[in-house]
Amino acid sequence: MKIQQYTYLKITFFLAAISAILSSCEREISEDFVLATFPATAEIFTDVPVGLTDQFFISFDPAFGANTEGFGTDNNEAFHGTSSIRIDVPSPNDPAGNFIGGIFKDRGEGRDLSGYDALTFWAKGTLTGTIEVGFGTDFITDSHSVSSKIQLATGWRKYTIPIPDASKLTQEKGMFLFSAGSFDALANDDVSDASSFEDNIGYTFWIDELRFEKLGTTKLLFPYILDNNELEIDDFIGSKTMIDGLGARFGLEDGQNISIKASSTYFNFSTSNPDVASVTALGEAIVIGEGTTNVSATLAGQLAAGSLTINAIGSFDNAPEPTESASNVISIYSDSYTNVNAFNPGTFAGPNTDNISLQTIAGNSHLNYESIDYVGIGWDGSVDVSAKTMVHLDVQLTSGANSNLIMELIDFGPDNDPGNGLTNVGGDGTAGGNNISSQLVEGEWVSIDIPLTRFILSTGGGGFGNPNKNNIGYVVFVSNNGASFLVDNIYFY
Amino acid sequence: MKKIMKYIIQPLIISLGLLLSGCESNEKQTVATLTNLVWADEFDNNGSPDSTKWNLVTGDGTEQGIPGWGNNELQTYTDNPENITVQNGVLIITAKKESLEGKSYTSARINTKDLYQQKYGRFEARIKVPTGKGLWPAFWLLGDNDDGRLVWPQVGEIDIMEYLGDKPTTMFGTVHGPGYSGGASISKEYKLANNRFDNGFHIFGVEWSPNRINFYVDGDLYQSLTPENIEEETNGEAEWVFNRPFYIILNIAVGGNLPGSPNEDTSFPQRMLVDYVRVYN
Repeated sequence: MKIQQYTYLKITFFLAAISAILSSCEREISEDFVLATFPATAEIFTDVPVGLTDQFFISFDPAFGANTEGFGTDNNEAFHGTSSIRIDVPSPNDPAGNFIGGIFKDRGEGRDLSGYDALTFWAKGTLTGTIEVGFGTDFITDSHSVSSKIQLATGWRKYTIPIPDASKLTQEKGMFLFSAGSFDALANDDVSDASSFEDNIGYTFWIDELRFEKLGTTKLLFPYILDNNELEIDDFIGSKTMIDGLGARFGLEDGQNISIKASSTYFNFSTSNPDVASVTALGEAIVIGEGTTNVSATLAGQLAAGSLTINAIGSFDNAPEPTESASNVISIYSDSYTNVNAFNPGTFAGPNTDNISLQTIAGNSHLNYESIDYVGIGWDGSVDVSAKTMVHLDVQLTSGANSNLIMELIDFGPDNDPGNGLTNVGGDGTAGGNNISSQLVEGEWVSIDIPLTRFILSTGGGGFGNPNKNNIGYVVFVSNNGASFLVDNIYFY
Repeated sequence: MKKIMKYIIQPLIISLGLLLSGCESNEKQTVATLTNLVWADEFDNNGSPDSTKWNLVTGDGTEQGIPGWGNNELQTYTDNPENITVQNGVLIITAKKESLEGKSYTSARINTKDLYQQKYGRFEARIKVPTGKGLWPAFWLLGDNDDGRLVWPQVGEIDIMEYLGDKPTTMFGTVHGPGYSGGASISKEYKLANNRFDNGFHIFGVEWSPNRINFYVDGDLYQSLTPENIEEETNGEAEWVFNRPFYIILNIAVGGNLPGSPNEDTSFPQRMLVDYVRVYN
């Protein structure tokens, strides 16, 4: 190291002398001094892993169902050479996990991929399953993640995943990512119905000759944001909106086109009116003043399809700060108190409910429900509020004044079964509702305090009677005419 | 005979030059020998193409007796500046998705018929082609029809550059004549290594002499056709019709028998850019 330093010192003197005469040498000097470049190794797997970590395959978290047992190499199958990567995709009921996926990571400080334009590999499957593949995910920063879905063929076929802007990849550790779930032979998978996956089957696929390449034959057709939609929203000063749905459509050599998902780091975001909203490098638009602005983005200098128009409609008043002392409160949802664990604003919801979201404006969050039939707020376990007499909530109606809204408290019942309070199974259906419609005012926060003895209406789920206060498990909102509203500060006291 | 001698000597000199410069992938190749510029449009004046050089052809071919231009093409040609214009030193032909005159697409086609026609010579253009399935741009020559006394394919056709928007790395050069037209035409593909034709400008040309047509791309000769080739391809049936004056055509067709229709991934508008067209003797 020391020797190197001396060497450069000498060069510096030498070049400094020259540059005193020829100022145009600057460029060459800097080229001599390029020290911090990382290896540009293209290969990831040929017959063996190339320059990857010792563990080779780093799985997604098994706690979320990732199967770590189906990964290996196969000396009986290869597109080229003697070996390939073999992945056994588990069946849906595999006790070791129902999907397989993970990453390959560079073992060093990362690679300089700026000279390449695509990740390529050969693959074949026993079935024509669809898998997700990509790069730029290292399970540390995931800062340049790119992925795309490809369909396997039963014979070896070459796949190309274009790099959206290779100049960003000067030190990348995330060499490869894949994720695969069971094969939907009957084409009946329905994400809202877990049982529809039960008839799926496991299969095997192989990957070989995995590398980055400079093809010259890919073409960026258009980048896009917001999944190529033109969105327009009304928003308050202080609110934040993440620009998501980021990706790009590429043309490939064979005339086929491919869409890739790409992380925000490949994009440059801009706002047409910086007095109305600013936008961060990661694509978060923050409303700062009244007016209208358009948020757009470019990738590699090319304007992305899709944009967000923000009509900033002034400032937003958050719900009033609660005044109860924290020691006297069991809080379900509030920025002012410690809340229940694993709060979920939509543990369940009726089929006609439009939208459930959490909004943060000027540092304070509230829940936004749009056009609901019913929604259930849930959390880990239940709360014992037998020492409390009241429940508080702040509600702002955003639909018309005639909106109907009933709040229900539902308990888990004596057997502590989360399902029991929702239906009257086994006579364990104690629960009750309170109609708060008459207290609501459109466009204004209303603080509502209800005695726990007043939850006496029969519930939509068939519960009746006053709920058991020692194990309240859900707060439910029900509307027979699609009410929309904001809620904050739900707590017992 | 003397003329032929001259042709032999000239290539020798040029190929020697190529050898010395070392830039040519195949040193034995003789690409172009004619350097005396006799006609050109450099597209330096903004606006409609120079009317002393170009005719703007409109319609869907019905007027010419070949609706769909004989290929079931989906466009109608217009002289609208949105379809054809010269800007910043480049001729721009734009194919648009818009309904007009019963067609779903508009585009443009220009030719030099009766304005500039020439027998033999080197015809060259520098072109950037469009992208996407269904796009079919071309730079080609058609034989003079002798005041209607000759009909296609008897007039002869030399396609210097044809390209299909869903095969971005290949283009092809073709001749059509009696007995070797349409699907039976004599054609050859040229494939770019590590590049696409729609990513930038490329030079497409032919050097056409009394008994030979040489096709080249960016200085690579990839097809050389002679009357003997035509005879071989057609079992001696066909006739070499390339010894009469031809005129130049530039166009983008959309859809039709050869490229197939655009698909949901084909974005419009799509443009062909032409930096120049030059003819040498």
